[in-house]
Amino acid sequence: MRISPTKFISLLFLVLSVFYLYTAYNIQVFAFDENAPFNARTFPIYLGWAGIILSSLKIILPEKVTTEVNHKHLDYKSIIYLIIISLIYAAVILKIGYFISTSLFLFASYYFLGERRWGLMFILSFPFVAAFMYLLHGLLNIYLRDPFLKYIGVMG
Amino acid sequence: MIEGILIGLSTALSLTNILMVMVGCFAGTIIGMLPGLGPMTAIALMIPITYGFDPSTGLILMAGVYYGAVFGGSTSSILLNAPGIPGTVATAFDGYPMAQQGKAGKALAIAAYSSFAGGTISAIFLLVAAPSLSKVSLSFRSPDYFALMILGLTAISAFSSKGQFLKAMMMVVLGLMLATVGQDSLSDITRFTFNNMNLTDGISFVLIVMATFAMSEALTIIFRGKDPNRAAKQISLTELGSIKVNKEETIKMAKTIPRSSILGFLIGVLPGAGATIASFLAYGMERNYVNEEEKQKFGKGSVHGLSAPETANNAACSGSFVPLLTLGIPGSGTTAVMLGALLGFGIQPGPRLYQTNPEIFWSVIMSMYIGMVVLLILNLPLIPYIARILAVPRNYLIPLILFFSVTGIYLMSFNNFDIFLMIGIAVVATFLRLYDFPMPPLILAFVLGGLMEETLRRSLLISDGSPNFLWDRPITLIILIITVVIVFWQIFSTFRKKT
Repeated sequence: MRISPTKFISLLFLVLSVFYLYTAYNIQVFAFDENAPFNARTFPIYLGWAGIILSSLKIILPEKVTTEVNHKHLDYKSIIYLIIISLIYAAVILKIGYFISTSLFLFASYYFLGERRWGLMFILSFPFVAAFMYLLHGLLNIYLRDPFLKYIGVMG
Repeated sequence: MIEGILIGLSTALSLTNILMVMVGCFAGTIIGMLPGLGPMTAIALMIPITYGFDPSTGLILMAGVYYGAVFGGSTSSILLNAPGIPGTVATAFDGYPMAQQGKAGKALAIAAYSSFAGGTISAIFLLVAAPSLSKVSLSFRSPDYFALMILGLTAISAFSSKGQFLKAMMMVVLGLMLATVGQDSLSDITRFTFNNMNLTDGISFVLIVMATFAMSEALTIIFRGKDPNRAAKQISLTELGSIKVNKEETIKMAKTIPRSSILGFLIGVLPGAGATIASFLAYGMERNYVNEEEKQKFGKGSVHGLSAPETANNAACSGSFVPLLTLGIPGSGTTAVMLGALLGFGIQPGPRLYQTNPEIFWSVIMSMYIGMVVLLILNLPLIPYIARILAVPRNYLIPLILFFSVTGIYLMSFNNFDIFLMIGIAVVATFLRLYDFPMPPLILAFVLGGLMEETLRRSLLISDGSPNFLWDRPITLIILIITVVIVFWQIFSTFRKKT
C-alpha cells in the first residue's frame, strides 16, 4: 500500500501531537495550582488533543485534492549544498566573526548555485558585507558584534 | 479626530519619515516584484533594519514596504504573467493580455492609478472607522477576544487553504504549539524547553517569520528550480509603451473604482480574508456590472478587468489594518507580521493604542496615504528602470535573501542556536509548502498564541472553569456562531466537490 506524502506528513504531525500532549501532561505546575481551572498545562493539553484530532481526520478521510510533486523537477543537490553552507555559517559565525563568515557564506553560495563571475562574486560578498556593516553599525547605530574585527581594531 | 490627523501628519511628514516611506515603497516594489516574494517576506526582511528606529519610523517604513510590495506584485503580474503575491493574480487576467498587445506601460499606469484611488478611498474609510471601532472594542471582554481569535484563525484557514481546510487548521495548531514554548506568562513555569536555556524565553517571532517566509521561500525557489527572472529578458524600455491613459479609459476606471474600493475595504476588514479574496471578488463583481460588449473583453485586456482587482487589493490592505489597530488582532498574515514588529517595539495594539500612543496610531494611517502618493509619483515613472530588477539572476538573489534572514536573527540574539533553529524550521517549512500546507495560518496562530492563552485563562477563571463563557455574552456567541458557519461551509463545500 502506497501512502501519499500528505498523509505521511499528517502521520508525522500525529506523532508530534502525541508527544506534545504527553509532555504537556508532564509539565510541573505548583501544588496550589494543580486543581485550578486553568494552569500552565491546560492550553497545551487542548492543543495536543486538537493536533491529534485534526491529523487523525486528515489520515482517515479520503483525499479530495491531491498535491502531486514531480521529484524529478526538484533540485535536491543545490538545496542540500545551501543548507550545509548555512549550517557551517551558523557554526562559525561566533568564532570567526560576522564579517568574514558572512562574506565567505555569500561567496560559497554564489559558487554552489553555479555562478562563476569571480569579480562580481567578490564585490557582492566582501565589499557588500562591509558596506552593509557600515550601514548598520556606522549609520544606524545598530550594534553588530564581531570579535574578529574588534580584535584587529576595526570596530570599537 | 482632526487633532489626531494633525498629530499623524506632523509625525509622518518629518524628513526622516518621508524618506522612510520612499525607501519602503521602493524596496517593497523591488521585493514584491520578484515572483514568490510577497509583502510578508518584504516586511520580514525589513525588521532587522528597524531595530534602531523609533516605533513610528519603523512602522512607517513597514507600511511603505507593504504598499510597495503589493504594487510590485502587480508589476510582475502585468509584465510577466507571474504574480509576485496571490493578491495580484487577478491583475494578470487582463493586465498581461494588455502588455502582450504592446500596452504594458498603459496597464501599469491603470494599475497604479487604480491602486492609488482604491488606497485613498479606503484610507478615508480607515480614518473614520478605526477610531469609532476603537471605542466599540473597549467594551470587548476576554471571552469576546478569545472567540474573535478563534474566528480569525478559522477564517484565515478557510481562505488560505485552497480547499484544504484541514491542512490549514493543522498549521494553526502547529503555530499555537510553537507559541507555547518557553516560560508560561503567569506562573513562569518553563514548558517544552527540554532543559535548553536558549528556549526559556520562547521562540522569537522574527525567527519564525524569517524561517517560514524569507528563508523557506528562498529555498523553495531553488528547490523547484524556479527562476523568478526567467522572462525578464523580454522587458525593455521600448516595449513598455506609453503610460498615458486616455479619456475613455479614465471614464471606465472612474466607474469601477468606487464600487471596488468599498468591496475591497469591507473584505479587508474581515479577519482572514484580505487582498486575494477582495481582488477576485471585485473582478467577478465588475464582470457582472458591465455591459455585454465589455464583458466579452474580460480576459483580453479589459480596463474594467484590470482596474477592479487593483483597486480592491489596495483597499483591502488598508481594511486589514482596522482589526489590527483597533482590536490588536491581525486579520491577515501580513498584518500578523506587523503586529509582531509592533510588539517588538514594546507597543501593544488594541483599542487603547488610539489613546495611549495617538502619534503611532495616526502616523501609521497618514503614512499609508503618503506611501500611496509616493508610489504614484515616484514609482510609476521609474517602473521601466525598476523592472530591470527582474533580470537579477537567482544565483545572487537567493544567497542575499538567506544573508538578510540570518543577519536579522544574529542581530537579535548574537547566538548561533537561533540560526540553527531557523534553518531547521525553514527546511521543515519548505517541505510543508511543497505539499500545500499554508504558512499564513501558522504565523497568525504563533502571533496570537500568547494572547489566546491569556484570554482563555481569564475567561475560565471568571467562569470558575465552566465553558459557559462561550455563550454567556451575546457578542461571544455571535462570533462563535460565525466561526461554526465557516467550518460547516468548508465541510459542505468539500462534500459538494466530492459529489
